[in-house]
This record gives sequence, structure tokens and C-alpha cells, in this order.
Amino acid sequence: MLKAVEKIVALAEEKKISFPEAVIILDSKDSGIEAKEIRARMAERLADMRRSVKEACANEIPCRIEAPMGAKLRAHGGGMAGEFIAAASATAMEVASYNAVMGRIVAAPTAGSCGIIPGMIFAWEFFRGGGKDTDELLTGALITAGAVGEVTAFRATLAGADGGCQAECGAAAAMGSAALVYLEGGSPPACAHAAAMTFKSVLGLVCDPVGGLVECPCIKRNGILVANGVLCADMALAGIESAIPLDEVIDSMGQIGRMMAPALRETSQGGLAVTQAAAEIVKRIGETGKLGG
Amino acid sequence: MPVWEIIGPVMVGPSSSHTAGAAHIGRIVRMCWGGEIKKAALYMRGSFASTGAGHGTDKALVAGLMGMRPDDPGIRRAFGLAREAGLEFEFHTEEVAGAHPNSVRIVVTGEGRAMEAVGYSIGGGAVMLHKLDGFQVDISCALPAVIIMNRDVQGVVSAVTSYLSAHGVNIATMKLHRDSRGGLATMVIELDPAGADVDAEVMRNMHPGIVRVIKIEGED
Repeated sequence: MLKAVEKIVALAEEKKISFPEAVIILDSKDSGIEAKEIRARMAERLADMRRSVKEACANEIPCRIEAPMGAKLRAHGGGMAGEFIAAASATAMEVASYNAVMGRIVAAPTAGSCGIIPGMIFAWEFFRGGGKDTDELLTGALITAGAVGEVTAFRATLAGADGGCQAECGAAAAMGSAALVYLEGGSPPACAHAAAMTFKSVLGLVCDPVGGLVECPCIKRNGILVANGVLCADMALAGIESAIPLDEVIDSMGQIGRMMAPALRETSQGGLAVTQAAAEIVKRIGETGKLGG
Repeated sequence: MPVWEIIGPVMVGPSSSHTAGAAHIGRIVRMCWGGEIKKAALYMRGSFASTGAGHGTDKALVAGLMGMRPDDPGIRRAFGLAREAGLEFEFHTEEVAGAHPNSVRIVVTGEGRAMEAVGYSIGGGAVMLHKLDGFQVDISCALPAVIIMNRDVQGVVSAVTSYLSAHGVNIATMKLHRDSRGGLATMVIELDPAGADVDAEVMRNMHPGIVRVIKIEGED
């Protein structure tokens, strides 16, 4: 069990290896599973993610509350945010929408946040991958992301019910941010700084889903938090460092989650879920079904 | 949880605790029943009851009872598929003090017998089989397992462990319970995945005191 990102970074620096290589050494030692087998499993997850993105983009089943958003954002072009972020966000929202209609996705780290990491890494592949064979690099990216998630699960939480959206979409964006730094050839410490800064940008973020569904504001949070992660990756690659180390930022996220009122932690009893508009939406879509259909 | 579980599971949405976990519970109940399920009554509790329809928890449970895994695209059409397969199901809600917020009690009937299981979803797709026919089992079903129900007489534990040892199966955890001395007892044994191929029928015949053997597949 990985308990501290600083341990991963220290090992990477000591052996002059990459962040994911250090993760594999530590996870392999811990689990008794060979490095080759770990890489093979992560390569499978990458393939599953590709498939989910393909299915999500082709998905025509509508959500109950939210209209499709990915296509609209793509049609708008790069806008001010730029092509990379627009594409990554559009993909993230398409995958999150697909999740909401019982599509098949890869929880990364959770189903509610499943759009963020694929949005980020496949945008990188498209815009920055140089047309090379990127599977091995993307597998390393998933290992990097997974390690940040593993430490977060240990030190804090990855569940909205325990930590609000900080713990789901926030964690996914931080995981993706570290992965992007790795993909761009950034150093292991820079991976950690990117994740730390991303987490800092979402501290206090609540989980307040309208009607108890995983649509509003969940799908949009998938799209929007991609931007936080991408920018923090750029900042880290530019040499900007987080004054508070990642492990301590994760601890703070956990602490803040525990201090959050239960009404703001996936109960639909606070925040956006109890607005007038939310009440009208819930009335409009009718009862969200009876148990047993 | 190692990196290949943090990135994962591959699942049908929208919720790992309310959809993937539910499918997992249904599938485990099917393994415990040991055959096709034709009739099931599902009693939802807590959050399963309140968000169950919106999160497809009901569909996922029925899908699991039919043997579907948490990533089976058929989950979305579970009710229709159940009708085609002749699986009769009905949903109820119940309030149970102290129950886990994501829990369900499932009663399966048919073939002149009945079985009751309580399972709960602990998050990330992980689950616990909590109770089986009144016995507290409390296993995660991540590892393969075997549950033996027997009359509380001498020699049963030894017969079972000898069988496992003879077949090169390593025991990871073992729990023994009994409802009363000389009454009914349960052995819940989690096995190491490597080489854990046990024959439930052979095990049932190993000792006259053994009444039932249930084999549970672990996660791949």
C-alpha cells in the first residue's frame, strides 16, 4: 500500500527512474505481483478506457436532466481556454454522461469522476503524442495517476460520501495532473507539485447532486476540473512548486471532508440539490423511477 | 488498494457503490444459491432504498442474480432479460436499525427450498456478504471462499482442512460459528487464489455432518 507520495518521489530520485517506475517497484514489493503483470493490468485498463471513450462519443441515450454537452463544446472550437482543454473537457463530459446512463466505464478513481482522466490523457495523446506509439507512455501515465489515488485513498478518501467532490472529481483531476507532467517528461517532484496544486484548487468542494442522480452538477464538474488539472500541470512544468507538499495537501482534503456537513456529502440534502431550480428539475423529470421498474 | 484497483473497476455506471457493488452482491447470492434463480424478493435498506431506482441499483441486483458481472452491458436491460429468463423478482424497502447504508436482504425461493442473504456495498465496487441464512459470514468475496454448513459434531473441521491441504489449497482466513452446541455450525474459509479449485460436491460428502457446501469464486 502506497502511503506517501514523497516516498515514491524519493525512490525515483534515488534510483534516477521515472515516477511510474518507482510506483511499480513499491506496489510490486507490497503485493507480491511482478512488475510485468502490473504493467499488463494497467495496459488492459488503458484499453478499457479507450473503449469507454469510443462508446461514450457514439452514445445516443440521453441523460435524464442534462442535455449533451461534449458536442456543443467541440463545435465551439478552442475559444479562450484553448483546443487542448476544450477537447479534454468535451471528452470528460461525454464519458461522464455515458456513465450516467449506465454506460460501461472505468472508475478512475470513481464512476462519478470517470471522465476526467481519460479526457486528459487522450487529449494529450491527440495534441502532444506526436503520432508515436503511445500505449506504453499512457500506461505509465495511468500508473502515475493510480499511485496518487492510492495515497489519497490511504490518507484521506476517494468517496464523495466521505469527502465531498474534493475526493472524487478533485482527486481525479489531481491524479490526471500528475500523469500529464509525467507524459510531458516532467520530473517526479513536478508530478507531485501538479497534483498538490490541483487538490488545493478544489479544497472544500461539496458533493450535492440534484435528484440523487450522477448528472448535475457531476457531469459539468468532470468537464471543468479537467482545466484545473491541465493548468496545474503546466505550472509545475514551468517550475512552480506547491508550498505545501502533496501528502499534507491530501491530509487537509481528508480533514476538510470530515468537517463537511453530511448534507454536503452525497446526500442531496444541501447545496445545489436543494435549490428552487433543483426542485423544479426533479418535478420535471418525474419520479426517478420506482424500485423494480 | 493497489494502482490497478484505483484505476478500475471496469463497470456499468453510474455508481460504483450503488451499481457495480449491487451487481456484485447479486452475483454472489447466485453463487450461494448454486443454480438458476427463478424467484427472488429483495428488501432494500438505507441509501440503496432511497437512490436505488435512480442509480440502477435495482437493475444491477437483478442482473447479478442472473450471473452478470458489474461490467456487463446487459445490466441496463436487466428487467427485460429477467422476464425472458423467467426470473420473478419483487422489490420492497425495509428499515433496519444499525444496518449498513448500502445494504439489501435477498430471499431466494424455489426447488422446495429457500435462502436468505444480506449483503452490503462498501464503496468502489467492493462488497461484503454479511449474513447467509442467519449466520454471520462477513466475507468480501475478493478471495475465493467456501462456506460449509454442518451439524456441530466432531471431525468436520478436520475433514475440511484435510481436503484443502490434500488439494494444495492454502487457507487465507477461517471463521467458525455455531448457533448452539450440537446444533448447526458454519465454517467460512477464504482461500488463496493460486490453485484454489475445490469441488463442492466432493466436500459435501466428506463427512456425514456436512449439510451444505457453497463455493464462491473470487474476483479475477
